[in-house]
Amino acid sequence: MKFSRILLSLLLLGGLAGAARPAEAKLRVVSTLQDFASIAAAIGGDRVETFSLAKGYQDPHFVDAKPSFVLQLSRTDLLIVAGLELEIGYLPPLIDQSRNDKIHAGSPGYLDASAGCDILGRPTGQVTRAMGDVHPYGNPHYWTEPENGRVIARAIAARLSQLDAAGRDTYAKNLAAFEQKLTAKEKEWDAKMAPYAGTKVVTFHDSWPNFAKHFKLQVVGHVEPKPGIPPSPTHTLDIINLITGQKVPAILVEPYFDLKTPKFIAEKTGVAVVTLYPSVGGTPAITDYFSLFDVDVDALVNALKGKK
Amino acid sequence: MSTFSRPGVRRLTLRALALSCLLLGLLIPAAAQAQTTADQDPVTALRTEIEELKRTYQERIEALEKRLSDLEAERQAAAAPVAQASSGGGDAQSSTYFNPAMSVIGNFLAVGGHSRKENLPSAALRESELGLQAIVDPYARADFFLSFGEEGVDVEEGFATFTSLPAGLLVKVGKMRTVFGKTNTLHLHVLPWPDEPLNVVNLLGGEEGWIGTGVSVARLIPLPADTFSEATLQVFRGDSGDLFQAAKRSDLAYNGHYRIFRDLTESTNLDTGLSYAEGPNDSQPGARTRLQAFDATLRWKPLRTASYRSFTFRGELFRSDREQPGADPVAWGGYVSGDYQLAKRWFVGARYEQSEHAEDPGLKDTGVAGLLTFWPSEFSQLRGELRQRRYSLRDAAHETATELLLQLQFAIGAHGAHPF
Repeated sequence: MKFSRILLSLLLLGGLAGAARPAEAKLRVVSTLQDFASIAAAIGGDRVETFSLAKGYQDPHFVDAKPSFVLQLSRTDLLIVAGLELEIGYLPPLIDQSRNDKIHAGSPGYLDASAGCDILGRPTGQVTRAMGDVHPYGNPHYWTEPENGRVIARAIAARLSQLDAAGRDTYAKNLAAFEQKLTAKEKEWDAKMAPYAGTKVVTFHDSWPNFAKHFKLQVVGHVEPKPGIPPSPTHTLDIINLITGQKVPAILVEPYFDLKTPKFIAEKTGVAVVTLYPSVGGTPAITDYFSLFDVDVDALVNALKGKK
Repeated sequence: MSTFSRPGVRRLTLRALALSCLLLGLLIPAAAQAQTTADQDPVTALRTEIEELKRTYQERIEALEKRLSDLEAERQAAAAPVAQASSGGGDAQSSTYFNPAMSVIGNFLAVGGHSRKENLPSAALRESELGLQAIVDPYARADFFLSFGEEGVDVEEGFATFTSLPAGLLVKVGKMRTVFGKTNTLHLHVLPWPDEPLNVVNLLGGEEGWIGTGVSVARLIPLPADTFSEATLQVFRGDSGDLFQAAKRSDLAYNGHYRIFRDLTESTNLDTGLSYAEGPNDSQPGARTRLQAFDATLRWKPLRTASYRSFTFRGELFRSDREQPGADPVAWGGYVSGDYQLAKRWFVGARYEQSEHAEDPGLKDTGVAGLLTFWPSEFSQLRGELRQRRYSLRDAAHETATELLLQLQFAIGAHGAHPF
């Protein structure tokens, strides 16, 4: 009985106490993906500190709504999301439990990075789950197109300036530098990829429509029979036939998928299996939005070099 | 309708205008030309002239009318798709924009084997959970979960959550699963088994668990080193199924819960909770039942999911202290359970459970179970549980039941994500 009383009083005490958080000088930016965190860090410089819920090597469709994220979100000034329902499985309850109305949808502290971006794969006609785990608002892997990166950077700069007017000049300057570097880098990437324009590829999941569009690759099939459904024997056979028939030189696989089926297909067809990273942090070499494309473009060029 | 009548009216006024013009036109030229035609046969001349004028004006009016009707047709043709789009996509949809997200989860259970103690039917659509969830206004959201069982419909949960309160408070008002222990907070369809463990059945009022009607207040308690901690206080009315019975309105039930969650590594985390609850029971006036719980969940799930391996270990310990005439029985119950992910869609699990009876701690039930779960997709789940339970009967007798439970769960619609 006494134990219970003590426990209850402790609970009460804990509930009422609660230390006040000291005012932070830096703007806290939390994003669901490391890509946005990286861009926000480039724009915000030392005026912001960033945190990403999903890690770059993690499947962004399956993130656990861990209470530690509630803690992060409770002290967030700006939340950047991919939108298009990519985060539907974990983010809404986290936002509700964060007790932070700054980051509710519609508030200045909530930024949907997809706004203004070139979004592909918006389903036309009826959408049902017979199609697998489809995204009815379009393909959410849009940040793999550098020009979308530019749109996202501008949106982040505008939002940071809105939330922190004193840093307006810094954000404008950093955005200009980011865009300048992006333009230069794009030329470099485009030049490297130019010889492979029109190359047919098979991807594991439908993560690459924007990347393929930018670098003029032709995605002819997916190892997954339907989004989110693991490879099946009959579909794998179809893909083998497709690869042989259309002389597809490469399968692109995200780091979080099992390589077993792609390797099996490679054994049968001689196709190159390329691990392509969809996000910053996918491998330690990818430290920011620029090295994401550096690494992916080099990996592709290396794989395709011998094949052409 | 109005779009049809308007051009008609306009045409009518146009016609009146044209007619007055015609009359005016008739008079003026007639007066001007009266002199020149005076020496000819004036009547014939005038008649010809009138005929001539009549003809030209008729032609002009016809041309004008044609132009008008052409324009009208053009305008209507252009407007038609817009009107259609706005009635199909805009007007109709604007009323559905704010409809709550709806989902239904079907829970089918087939049972084989033999049990005299718990007589589950051979097949049952045990529970269909209809979820209706939406944001109420800038301050609150609402969640309703209606449970359609074989006996009828029940509001399993229905509450408003106030998400924008000061002082880091999160307040829920309505009917909700109480945060007592861990299992009780979860809906049947997210449990790692097709059945509730014995400690919930014996000490928390039956399979349903403890669902309270009242108010819940939760607050984050800052701890160092990014440790999540949350204290919840709940006050409910004193009646709750077989668990609590209130004789009068002021007999209330209380629940306090303290949860600590910590990421041990990137892929491993530990979730623990302490709960204390009390409420009235009907064994004698003023009698209370006091409950305590400790729960712990250890999860290991590498973020690099290519291997598709994960492991969850969970356990729960309940203590029930029930005031009743002549005795103050203290009963204990709990379970330990583990799940291991073999492949992307396959899980194996095991559970050991045991629990005394709240009213008679001399009776102790135990059970072991093995589980295999397959997820065809995120939205359906097939599960088999082979369980053996040893029920304690009065007079030191026992009843052993070995059963196979086969469960199919399937979800349609937009079911909101569940709390971790």
